[in-house]
Amino acid sequence: MTHALPAGPQPAPRRQVFIGTGLVAGAGALLIGGMLSIWLRFRANAPLRTSSDGLYQIKDWLPEAIKIPEVITNVNLGTFTVICIMAQWAVYSSRRHDSRHTTSALGLTFLFGLAAINALVTTFTQMEIGVADGAYQSMFYAITGTMIALVAGGLGYTLAALFKSIGGRATNTDLMSAHALYWYFLAAAYVAVWFVVYVQK
Amino acid sequence: MTTFDTHASGSHVTSTSGSSAIGAFLAGVAAWATTTDHKRIGRLFIGLALIVGAAGAAIGALLGFERISADGYSLLESNTIEQLFSLYRVALAFGVAIPLMLGIAIAVVPLQLGSKSLAFARLAMFGFWMWLAGFVVAVASIGANGGPGGGNADMVDLFLLGLGICAVGAIAAIVSLVTTVLVNRAPGMSLDRAPITSWGAMAGGFALLVTLPVLLGTVIYLYVDHRYARAAFGGNKGISEWIGWAVTQPQTYVYAAIGVAVMAEIAIVASGRRHPQRFALMVGVGIVSLAALGGATQMQHGLTWTDTSVGEKIKELIPYLVFNGLPALGVLVVLGVSVLGLAMGKPRVMSPLVPAFLGLGMVLVGMLGHLISLFKPAGLAGTVFEEGEFVYVVYGTVLIGLGAVAYWGPKLWGRRLPDSAVFGLGLLGFLGTVLAAFPMYIAGFANQPAGQVDGFTYGGPQELWNTLSAAGHALMAVTVVLFLLTALRAFTAGELSGDDPWDAQTLEWSVSSPAPHDNFVSMPSVSSAEPLLDIKPAGSEK
Repeated sequence: MTHALPAGPQPAPRRQVFIGTGLVAGAGALLIGGMLSIWLRFRANAPLRTSSDGLYQIKDWLPEAIKIPEVITNVNLGTFTVICIMAQWAVYSSRRHDSRHTTSALGLTFLFGLAAINALVTTFTQMEIGVADGAYQSMFYAITGTMIALVAGGLGYTLAALFKSIGGRATNTDLMSAHALYWYFLAAAYVAVWFVVYVQK
Repeated sequence: MTTFDTHASGSHVTSTSGSSAIGAFLAGVAAWATTTDHKRIGRLFIGLALIVGAAGAAIGALLGFERISADGYSLLESNTIEQLFSLYRVALAFGVAIPLMLGIAIAVVPLQLGSKSLAFARLAMFGFWMWLAGFVVAVASIGANGGPGGGNADMVDLFLLGLGICAVGAIAAIVSLVTTVLVNRAPGMSLDRAPITSWGAMAGGFALLVTLPVLLGTVIYLYVDHRYARAAFGGNKGISEWIGWAVTQPQTYVYAAIGVAVMAEIAIVASGRRHPQRFALMVGVGIVSLAALGGATQMQHGLTWTDTSVGEKIKELIPYLVFNGLPALGVLVVLGVSVLGLAMGKPRVMSPLVPAFLGLGMVLVGMLGHLISLFKPAGLAGTVFEEGEFVYVVYGTVLIGLGAVAYWGPKLWGRRLPDSAVFGLGLLGFLGTVLAAFPMYIAGFANQPAGQVDGFTYGGPQELWNTLSAAGHALMAVTVVLFLLTALRAFTAGELSGDDPWDAQTLEWSVSSPAPHDNFVSMPSVSSAEPLLDIKPAGSEK
């Protein structure tokens, strides 16, 4: 026999996409955090060498010939800031049932996301290093490549939200909030990578 | 009314009346391959995990037989030994423990929560296929001279790629599972009223979400380095050093965490009453999940304790206890409180409790063994003692899995396993686990090295220990195969189970057996942690 339980009231609106995205963002944070911790471990264990000006003993981690294009990596910080503002604009607009502004905000998020990937790839070309050149180089490509993959995932997310918005579901605030959350995570992850890999090297 | 009977319709496979048998078969395969029914996704995970479990135990037996004569006859080529040990560990951890526990949770949790479906069911299905594809690639690459220490560079790359894909698949399925627990609970079901298994799925899921991305990041580094540079991570020989933590203790406790909750749930039902210390069980399960901290740090936190000051000793003791002692304490709490609940109630003889209870006992023995082996003066580092711990934890998890299949089988298939078979196979599996692992504990104290099949000798009956261990692995393989055959027979043509064969307490037993495709017509309302006891006739609670 089956047991008849009383039907419950209509459940409150569920933030399923937001919670799921939060979990993905948490997993992504641990992915980047784990990779950065290994990076720091290698840097800490590197032998010492005399700096090029002969004044200091420094860790022999970043090969002397490699110059990181800091202008690009610093400007990319601004790009991620703008992306977060755009993603939040989409949330603001969707809460006000303003589909035109939601779509515009998502479109701009996508464009700035492309710019962020472009900047990350440009660092590769300007540094002129090969992935097979040594330990630093292979690890540099691994961690920045992972960052690019995560940003590409963000672009896919933005496209999905954009199509939903164009398709008349711009008022799906759960989706828009979740989308913004993912970009906030990406911005935080980039700040960590920027500080450890590009600034502290 | 929130339930409906679907005995007549059952499956949602597209009707193929009038078409060929091949067409019907293909339609069935397509329906399973693209299903969004959480019960099917869970059963796919469980079925494949048990098949891999039998194969993994058989490999364990093969390696055990190889060790019997440490300097004599050899079945295997010496250059395959390292790969076989890798295959054995990867298969049992990533092919058995993780998917078995995930499968059980995916199949059961939405039903327990009063939910119609899994959150992001397609993501869970995607996770299943990613896990399967990654696992097959990883195993195949080991077979083709890849894997840790492998001689074929391309196959080593492929192994790392497969392992990474496998981890991504597991993460996808876990995100779906944890989101379900957080969001899809029935009205009135606060987290503290969630069934223990669902609570364990959330806690264990979080623990996996903490550790698997760290593993994935390491695998990415290893892949890029091994494929292009071989300058940072020690090439093929460095793989075990960098990702070995994922197939050793305490990380294996994370894989077993959901199983701890499963045993607690079965024990509650066997006690026949509301558990008075339910909160303690939830705390115990949560504590076990703290093992994730040990995994995420990728370090063994041992005790040296020789020629060190009291301050140094305390400094070593704290991480040792937090990362390794707390999970064991959690299992002790769950076992103790479960036994207390059984003693205070009017316990019934429930066959699924046998393998589940014995399995959790085995997990505890593995955890306690790990506490001993981390005590450096004991001199157990690098010996087969550590292999014994691994076997205790993973085979214990398998036993819990067998208990879970026997317990929820009626809800998933509509039929139940014969009690005598579950009793017998539970005891056989217990015997196999003890035989496979305990001699390794003894041989560890005699300094038999881990990961080797020859070139060692020590005073004592080393052939006896290795023979017993090999026989134990073989027994475990036989247990799993017999269980699969029994389940296949019972779930297709066995005794119909009825909707609530265990006189249980949670929502999954309020729907017909097998559970209908969408579980519930509408979300039921609950007002306690034991919603079925609230509506059963007075006096049904013992």
